[in-house]
Amino acid sequence: MSQTAAGALTPESADGSGPPADNYLTHAHGVRSWLFTLDHKRIAVMYLVGILGSFVLGGVFALLVRTELIRPGPTIMSKDMYNHMFTLHGAVMIFLFIIPGIPAVLGNFALPLLVGAKDVAFPRLNLASLWLWMIGAVFFVVTLHVGGLDTGWTFYTPYSTETPSAVIPAALGAFVLGFSSIFTGINFIATIHKLRAPGMTWFKMPLFCWALYATAIIQVLATPVLGITILLLAAERVLEVGIFNPKWGGDPVLFQHFFWFYSHPAVYIMILPGMGVISEVVAVFSRKHIFGYRFIAYSSVAIAVWGFLVWGHHMFTSGMTPLAAMIFSALTFSVSIPSAIKVFNWLATMYKGSISLATPMCYALAFLFLFGIGGLTGLFLGTLSTDVHLHDTYFVVAHFHYVMFGGAMIAFLAGLHYWWPKITGRRYAERWGQLGALLTFLGVNLTFFPQFILGSRGMPRRYYDYAGLLDRHPDFQQLHVLSSIGAYLTAVAITVVLGTLIHSVFRGRPAPANPWGGATLEWQCASPPPYDNFASTPTAGDPYAVDEFEYDPAIDGYVRRSAPNPPGPCPVPSHD
Amino acid sequence: MLAEAGGTFWLPPQSSSTARYVDAAFHLVLGISTFFFLLIVALMVVFVLRYRRRPGVGPAKSPSHSTALEITWSVIPLGLVVVIFSLGFYGYMEIRTAPRTAYEILVTAQKWKWTFRYPNGYEDPELHVPVDEPVRLVMQSQDVIHSLFIPAFRLKMDVVPGRYTTTWFRAIAPGEYDLTCTEYCGTGHSDMVTKVVVHAPGEFEPWLRKADEQAQSLAPVDAGRRLVTQRCASCHSVDGTQVPNGGPSFKGIFGQTHTFTKGPPQVVDENYLRESILDPSKRIREGYEDRMSTFRGQLTDKQITNIIEYIKSLK
Repeated sequence: MSQTAAGALTPESADGSGPPADNYLTHAHGVRSWLFTLDHKRIAVMYLVGILGSFVLGGVFALLVRTELIRPGPTIMSKDMYNHMFTLHGAVMIFLFIIPGIPAVLGNFALPLLVGAKDVAFPRLNLASLWLWMIGAVFFVVTLHVGGLDTGWTFYTPYSTETPSAVIPAALGAFVLGFSSIFTGINFIATIHKLRAPGMTWFKMPLFCWALYATAIIQVLATPVLGITILLLAAERVLEVGIFNPKWGGDPVLFQHFFWFYSHPAVYIMILPGMGVISEVVAVFSRKHIFGYRFIAYSSVAIAVWGFLVWGHHMFTSGMTPLAAMIFSALTFSVSIPSAIKVFNWLATMYKGSISLATPMCYALAFLFLFGIGGLTGLFLGTLSTDVHLHDTYFVVAHFHYVMFGGAMIAFLAGLHYWWPKITGRRYAERWGQLGALLTFLGVNLTFFPQFILGSRGMPRRYYDYAGLLDRHPDFQQLHVLSSIGAYLTAVAITVVLGTLIHSVFRGRPAPANPWGGATLEWQCASPPPYDNFASTPTAGDPYAVDEFEYDPAIDGYVRRSAPNPPGPCPVPSHD
Repeated sequence: MLAEAGGTFWLPPQSSSTARYVDAAFHLVLGISTFFFLLIVALMVVFVLRYRRRPGVGPAKSPSHSTALEITWSVIPLGLVVVIFSLGFYGYMEIRTAPRTAYEILVTAQKWKWTFRYPNGYEDPELHVPVDEPVRLVMQSQDVIHSLFIPAFRLKMDVVPGRYTTTWFRAIAPGEYDLTCTEYCGTGHSDMVTKVVVHAPGEFEPWLRKADEQAQSLAPVDAGRRLVTQRCASCHSVDGTQVPNGGPSFKGIFGQTHTFTKGPPQVVDENYLRESILDPSKRIREGYEDRMSTFRGQLTDKQITNIIEYIKSLK
């Protein structure tokens, strides 16, 4: 796996310009040195490989779904196969990719470096979390081989207690992955509380740490509810006790309450760390101190806490009382305010900056655009009367893909390109990185924007066939075709993105310690960092004092200014 | 890409009395969202162009905090969402509160069809209603959760097994509209598409009387064919083909000897067919799974007899 990467990195290490000879990638050799490592950076790299593999797998399912929908009637698969495909797309993307995505990869890699620590608080727990992720992934592979899964990723009862597909292996997979997520959360909370470098008060933490902290609160407090729900579901399937199935005296809507009590906060597990990444990237690439630090930090915590109180907005048409619907709608609107605050603060950070269009910033700008659409269309769904019309239509599908792909995935790519030189010690080809960002941006819009129109005009989601709707809606055909073409474009875009990154591992120029001019602590150690991060404990200052760093063309990286605010023109890098 | 005639770019024509509440809220949110989205993108584009990195030009000094600004962009959106919430809640109460005098139709959802039962006992796979009269739907599911969605009426309500859910509407224009299932319910989820027929003033009652008389006066075999098409055809074919994940075809089964997962074989006769309809889990034919739910209470004795007569005719 990453052995080749490590091998390729060693040659230039001897001279002073390349990566240091002894870094975390070269520190030990052999498969065992990876699988049994306690190093947060290696664990992050292994998570990265697994998570990108899951993303590609989930993406293949998505392409099959979009191909089936390119024309009405049967296209390439049967009804049941289609139901399996959209279920597996959702389950793989959510449980294997997007929930662990940013925390387990970028959080694991960056958090200890950002707070100036040698590792996370509990390195063994961290490794256990990775192993649990792998075991969870195995459960999903088993699910594929023993009957698949056709419940939708939401496992709604009583369908899920009656379908002959492999609900129990998939549910146990989600259960195990839940523990992986809890372990990561516990680790991050302890790390942030106990391992911050001297000088790093709570309000001198980088905002990515605040975002991870808020995420960890949700991971630790909400995920157990998912675990319990899954066990109840499995017990009902095996023992036929009446919990959710009315056939045995259960209540199917109770399952929805339990499920969304986890799964709505889980949406914030997906998006909050992404917002944290964007806070870092916007400040660094605008060469500006982040605007409104405290509001951004507090808004992360507000979203985490408020996110626990809004699960009922998934159930406005389930037969909930109007009073409950009113309360959930009101709470849902209040959670939109912290997100709005963040967006305005990022824009204010760019004001009067010196904005570089390097790849991570391209993704951050794409995030503002796409998350803007994703967030604002949430207003339609939080509004009670319009939700009655839009619920369970393609409008919802478009909304959450703008938030998940346009928000969380784009932020993940922003963060991945931002920390890539640190992770691998290599620079990717900037032009190709920008091209990948542009293509992804276009692909996401082409795929999902037509789905808003489909949905508001009445196209239900999870439909194998829309021939029966074409009499009154011939337009559905064209909109589905546009969406499918968008999906293929997105596949090309992701190929470019991953190709560029993989190419850089083998052919990329060596990266300097601080390629972008970030003021956070990870840029103080070499690229890639040594095994134990910092030779001596660093002292933390203002994480957004980016003006203390200036560009040095000799190393194509940034160094700390010798004198504060020197007069005269300052050199700039040429990556835009 | 063109929208439906009579509708807007985003929404189908308004065909129920409550659709306008939904559309008013939709267009308000659309206006506010579009304004803020354009504002965000415009600022972003202007900043990127105006403050793009240039050789020899660094970032200008500007404050990194402004409480006044922060409060402004917290309070303005807060005020707007209060307005949106209120409009949405008002419309929702209109949608959820049925008039006392509404005409009641019983709705049964099952995998994968709708059955609408009118006050005179007549059943139809399509929803027929009079124009300009409030209609209340009392809905139940025979198996899993379904959801009744009529886009032109802006109406949606889940149909949940083990309880009744209700919804209502008043259609305002005669015509035909789509009715779909919007809660995923398995193999045939996308087959649960039928239509709402809104009859012009004075035409609904005559239609209902006529449809009912026709159904009553049919020969048993013809009545049985009608019932099988409505109630059985999503799982059982009548031409010898196998419905994926469904049960055996009805063609030629009468008089055959069937073997079961448990118990002795049995010749298919009237009593066995009756048992299979009312107690399908009792004996599972070899090669099939226990998937069918009972029709006890849903079919009258006369209807069961008609179905059996029809099956007998399928040689």
